[in-house]
Amino acid sequence: MSSQSVLQKLEILADAAKYDASCASSGTAKRNSMGGKGIGSTEGMGICHAYAPDGRCISLLKILLTNHCVFDCHYCVNRKSSNVARARFTPQEVVDLTLAFYRRNYIEGLFLSSGIVKSSNHTMEQLVEVARILREEHDFRGYIHLKTIPEADPEIVHQAGLYADRISINVELPTDSGLTRLAPDKSAAQIEGAMGKVKADLVEAKDARKRFKHAPRFAPAGQSTQMIVGADAATDSDIVGKASRLYDSFKLRRVYYSALSPIPDASAVLPLKRPPLIREHRLYQSDWLMRFYGYKPAEVMQATEADGNLPLDIDPKLAWALKFREQFPVDVNCASKEQLLRVPGLGVKAVGKILASRRHRTLRLDDVARLTLSITKVRPFICTVDWRPVLLTDRADLRSLLAPKTEQLELFVA
Amino acid sequence: MTVKQALGLQHVRLGTYYVVNLPDADDFDFWRERARALVQCEVPPDRIAWVEPGGSGDLFSHGERRMPVPPADARPVRANRRFVQLARNAALHSDTERFALLYRLLWRLQANPRIMEDKADLDVRRIEELDKNVRRDSHKMHAFVRFRLVESDPDALGEEAGEHYVAWFEPEHHILRANAGFFMRRFSNMRWSILTPRGSLHWDGSIMSEGPPAQRSDAPGGDPMEDLWRKYYASIFNPARLKVGAMLKEMPKKYWKNMPEASLIPDLIAGAQNREAAMVEKGALEFEERPDTLEGIDRAIHACRKCPIGALDNNAVMGEGPRDAALMIVGEQPGDNEDLQGRPFVGPAGQLLDVHLEKAGIDRRTAYLTNAVKHFKYVQRGKRRLHQNPGAKEIDTCRWWIEGERAIVQPKLVLAMGASAARSVLGRTVSISKVRGKPIPLEDGSELWVTVHPSYLLRLEGPAREEQARLFDADLAAVKVRLGEVRG
Ligand code: SF4
Repeated sequence: MSSQSVLQKLEILADAAKYDASCASSGTAKRNSMGGKGIGSTEGMGICHAYAPDGRCISLLKILLTNHCVFDCHYCVNRKSSNVARARFTPQEVVDLTLAFYRRNYIEGLFLSSGIVKSSNHTMEQLVEVARILREEHDFRGYIHLKTIPEADPEIVHQAGLYADRISINVELPTDSGLTRLAPDKSAAQIEGAMGKVKADLVEAKDARKRFKHAPRFAPAGQSTQMIVGADAATDSDIVGKASRLYDSFKLRRVYYSALSPIPDASAVLPLKRPPLIREHRLYQSDWLMRFYGYKPAEVMQATEADGNLPLDIDPKLAWALKFREQFPVDVNCASKEQLLRVPGLGVKAVGKILASRRHRTLRLDDVARLTLSITKVRPFICTVDWRPVLLTDRADLRSLLAPKTEQLELFVA
Repeated sequence: MTVKQALGLQHVRLGTYYVVNLPDADDFDFWRERARALVQCEVPPDRIAWVEPGGSGDLFSHGERRMPVPPADARPVRANRRFVQLARNAALHSDTERFALLYRLLWRLQANPRIMEDKADLDVRRIEELDKNVRRDSHKMHAFVRFRLVESDPDALGEEAGEHYVAWFEPEHHILRANAGFFMRRFSNMRWSILTPRGSLHWDGSIMSEGPPAQRSDAPGGDPMEDLWRKYYASIFNPARLKVGAMLKEMPKKYWKNMPEASLIPDLIAGAQNREAAMVEKGALEFEERPDTLEGIDRAIHACRKCPIGALDNNAVMGEGPRDAALMIVGEQPGDNEDLQGRPFVGPAGQLLDVHLEKAGIDRRTAYLTNAVKHFKYVQRGKRRLHQNPGAKEIDTCRWWIEGERAIVQPKLVLAMGASAARSVLGRTVSISKVRGKPIPLEDGSELWVTVHPSYLLRLEGPAREEQARLFDADLAAVKVRLGEVRG
């Protein structure tokens, strides 16, 4: 194995990381390399340095330290019983690669995860070691995201938080029974226990910084998690419920969803049909509704269909509006911000513009059209001085009028 | 000061057409200073031409180039913070009309100080659009500048001899100078240069200097690290999720020519369907529907080749027993006899099992007997087929079928005999000595009991065999008791 070149290892260990959904590098403390010995800066907003043909942004060097694993999770390409090629970086190799890429402005930093080798503690120590070398020996001030191993000693996880901007712990599956079935080596209690510990560390570090300016920072970009969608029988309703509980209990910055992807050498226990990619998208949209539009989890659940899943042909906001038609039309000239935010097709920005503009003029339909991306979508749900959509909202075929005409191109209509 | 000039201060002469030459395309402060004076002199927007360097100044050769001097009692010019913010950024846009637009807005702001809030106003929308374009271009510069390492001047001494990183970038707007700070803060301990057709920036670790416009050929052509970066780029892309539109929206083609990874994109896209198909084929087994009758599963396992055992010269052996049995007994795999007869538990181990079941008072005919793995795994030695243990992966693969059987029969208790059987129910390997003799709850509400496989007893002799037989009996007896309880 030692005969593998860095190039070969990179191929294997980046390939193994490609199923990971998160890539964000934003929301951390502001800092730069002025006055230091190394390189690196973070300015709040993360930068996407490239986009892959799958439409996803490349902001961090996202790799595994190793894809050897003693665990056997069925949805995972690196599970013990899978026959994929294996490789293993040394911590120093990851450090060198990160710095070389960073200097050339290819990346914002590192997102490091790993299969479990030897033991959870050993693996976690190796992850921490990478971050330590970057921070202490190279004074690296770019972004570091470490994926922690819930089974590892909390002390080592704590160390990780002192070096990293963000730490994440995957909940893996939306239901405990799914976890028992598909990740027999993991336990929901352990995962949530680890998240709880990280939350406590975050709170404590924040308090300490209020009192002492030089108290060490602990994961200033907070913690996040990832859930695999479509590997177990959980409905969107279950998933939204789980996500909101996680947000509440662990003060998560983000819950990422990753649609079960076809993996080489898949386990036989996985479901028959893959979730369409659009399902993942609908879940992210519902996440937005809760985070930026003031929807309660229960309201998002109201937007699901009889089978507990969000419709795939229309977005969850439209789905909700169609179910609660009596709340519309909304008068753009006098409605509250909350009401406007519920109008399908009106984003947070458009609502802001409407609120600002209506102090100066009484808005006509044309004015609204100028402030939104597509007036067709908005029109049935609003009224203006010169427009009232009475007929349209009552039309039974409203959904088919508003749903996109062409079928979403799906590669996996199995 | 002449009287005439003094009069001119009060009222702008009608018809005067002012031409303002800007020293630099991105000189907002110069514009601001002139604009203030012109507003104070009440020069309306349509009487001013703003000309940037290289702009067609001679079109306005008859224009007045001397600035009017505002009267001493001229009203201060007002502009709110929102306007100044937007204007400073919009001034960097390459649109030649931008300074005229800024002036028009400044002019209108004097009469209507809240005009910036009217998002439906055409001028307000335009300045916001310019601002947005400039911010986007800056953002793309932060993202898409690609430094290449070059050999420094070999004669240079000290720090100078260190590594020098040089990038070539083609911004759409006049954003170079405005973004110097970003790169300085990020790469403060690195020596770097950014060359663009609109000018260049050089940082040596402590001082920033500006240079003239450059050409692409002034920048280095490659960097050994780019092979690694391209490898990374190709590997991190998941071909099963091709979304070219989303990529193009964020990374428009105009930037591609200076990004080393972009040359891979056409091939990655073209090859995606094949790579994806290969991935799916490798993991193809999950695409078929699992039959929902025992007969269907029986037929399907005979055709199954999901794992290498199925490709040996052998027969699949289906489970056997009542469709609604309360007890399911799971063994490891068919042996030689089972394979030949096509029935489970008919060889020596099966006969031994019968003896112990009888002793425990369990009627074999009321239980559903099956195996973790449906095909016989063996190696040929001369005429004999020697039993081989199935591997974890084979057990996991064959789990597909036994899960089907469990879903149909829905036993209240499952008795797994041996580690393979236990793994096929639990999905993980357990130690028999640790878990035997007590129930393990399963997610469908049933219970798993684990014991050894009777063939284990066959391999022992003397007191050891007696001891294990006793334990085996005890396990079966406990199952019998529990069976009575769960049947109610
Ligand atoms: S042993 Fe099981 S998985 Fe393997 S080929 Fe036979 S039935 Fe299929």
